[in-house]
Amino acid sequence: MPEETIAPFHGFGLGLRIPHFQNYLTEAVPVDFIEIISENFMGAGGRPIHVLDEVRDRWPVAMHGVSMSIGSADGIRSDYLARLKALADRIQPLWVSDHLSWSRVGEVNSHDLLPLPFTEEALNTVCANIEHVQDALERPLVLENPSTYLTFADDQMTEWAFLAEMTKRTGCYLLLDVNNIYVSGTNNGFDPYDYLAGVPADRVRQIHLAGHSQGQGRLIDTHDEPVPDPVWDLFARIYPRLGRVATMIERDDNIPPLQDMLDELDVARRIAGDVTAAAA
Amino acid sequence: MTLLDLQRDFLGFLLDEPSDIPVAVGGSSGPGLAVYHNAYGGQLVECLKDSYERLWAWLGDEAFEAAARRHIAAHPPHSWTLADYGVKFSETMADLYPDDPEVAEIAALDWALRRAFDGPDAPAFDRQQLAAVDWDEAVIAFVPTLTLLPVKTNCGAIWNAIAAEEEVPAAELLPEPGWVRVWRVGLQPHFASIETAEMGAIQLASSGMSFARLCDRLSEEIGVETAVDAAGRYLASWVQDQMIADVR
Repeated sequence: MPEETIAPFHGFGLGLRIPHFQNYLTEAVPVDFIEIISENFMGAGGRPIHVLDEVRDRWPVAMHGVSMSIGSADGIRSDYLARLKALADRIQPLWVSDHLSWSRVGEVNSHDLLPLPFTEEALNTVCANIEHVQDALERPLVLENPSTYLTFADDQMTEWAFLAEMTKRTGCYLLLDVNNIYVSGTNNGFDPYDYLAGVPADRVRQIHLAGHSQGQGRLIDTHDEPVPDPVWDLFARIYPRLGRVATMIERDDNIPPLQDMLDELDVARRIAGDVTAAAA
Repeated sequence: MTLLDLQRDFLGFLLDEPSDIPVAVGGSSGPGLAVYHNAYGGQLVECLKDSYERLWAWLGDEAFEAAARRHIAAHPPHSWTLADYGVKFSETMADLYPDDPEVAEIAALDWALRRAFDGPDAPAFDRQQLAAVDWDEAVIAFVPTLTLLPVKTNCGAIWNAIAAEEEVPAAELLPEPGWVRVWRVGLQPHFASIETAEMGAIQLASSGMSFARLCDRLSEEIGVETAVDAAGRYLASWVQDQMIADVR
């Protein structure tokens, strides 16, 4: 268990994406925090780090990674962890997050967020890796539920039961991606509202909202569309249970002007305000 | 099946190797497996398009994607970062286009510029300090992003025309093979065509040879008068182009 905890941070933010670099450098963008894709800023130098340093001077920053491979059966790459820690030490983020998935085993790295079987063995592996990462980074880890497109025949528990046990054993926190719950539920046949009821709400520090698209026989987590109504509905259901939490909208493709993203973020603010008032 | 075996098998499935993964997943997971399989190759193609933007424009969509798929089939990613993927793409291009050497050279230029983009920072040497340099002992240190590429074609002119969205010249061989140097000034990557003698001077300076000894070596190769003129021109351009990080 890490000695440190992550204090809740309440606010509404967006991801730092290249088409919006100039906006963030020159305008008073009305966001409470900014999330970065960690790997985009783990090069040696140049424009990315320059932009990040300027952004960090003006906003709190959450680090969100895609390459940790926390579910790898042969452990976490030390060269990756060293670079990640160097970036975290440099920008002092709100927290460091990645995904409950795996990408690499041995020498081959798929660079995709591949699904884990929800088995006791996988839980033991993930928890051991989390503890190693938390020791190396000297801070608690935040893990996100990914979109998944299949299940394994040997699954022994639900995803939300896996998450609950994982947080209990390791003291890690959660980044709850509401779109991913909807996508995985549709693809794999579980009720997203059962997921919300089973997830340990007190461990959630961040919410992701995003859009998806219809693929062949599966919903795909494409992040190229506005947040759809079923995802807003799930957000409205879970939000009052979370207390102080950081909420953001992800867009990684078909990226619109920043003002469009800010307008969509206002929808999140309005829903959050409405459901909080209704729950009071 | 252990988790390790399952993960090895899953990667094998993505790489089109024999795999038991279709047995390990739930009965209705066929479409899901296809999603992961398509995402693996699709993401790597997009990564290569991003790193090799001018090569993509030169070849066109169809030829670029075919080349990318050939490369991906032969080179699964190994690095912790997707940004490293495609490091040997210019070699694949050389194999695929042996009669069109500009293709591999444009690829090498794309890659070198991309590496320079987020390579290590190093402020340029302050030219005001030049007067204080003891040139009998001075050793030049170049910025760490400096890379040298051998070229036989007008790949630089092609690259520039594509980048500027101007009329792109036909590929042609240079009168004699030369070099391109790539480096970053501030936050902006640059490249310039140079003669072989300058490449040699850069390599000698990079090896730690003093500038005075470098001039002596040039004199032995091309004669004193020519060497003095060349060394002066090289040094002036290195200073002007902000390629020098330090003079020790």
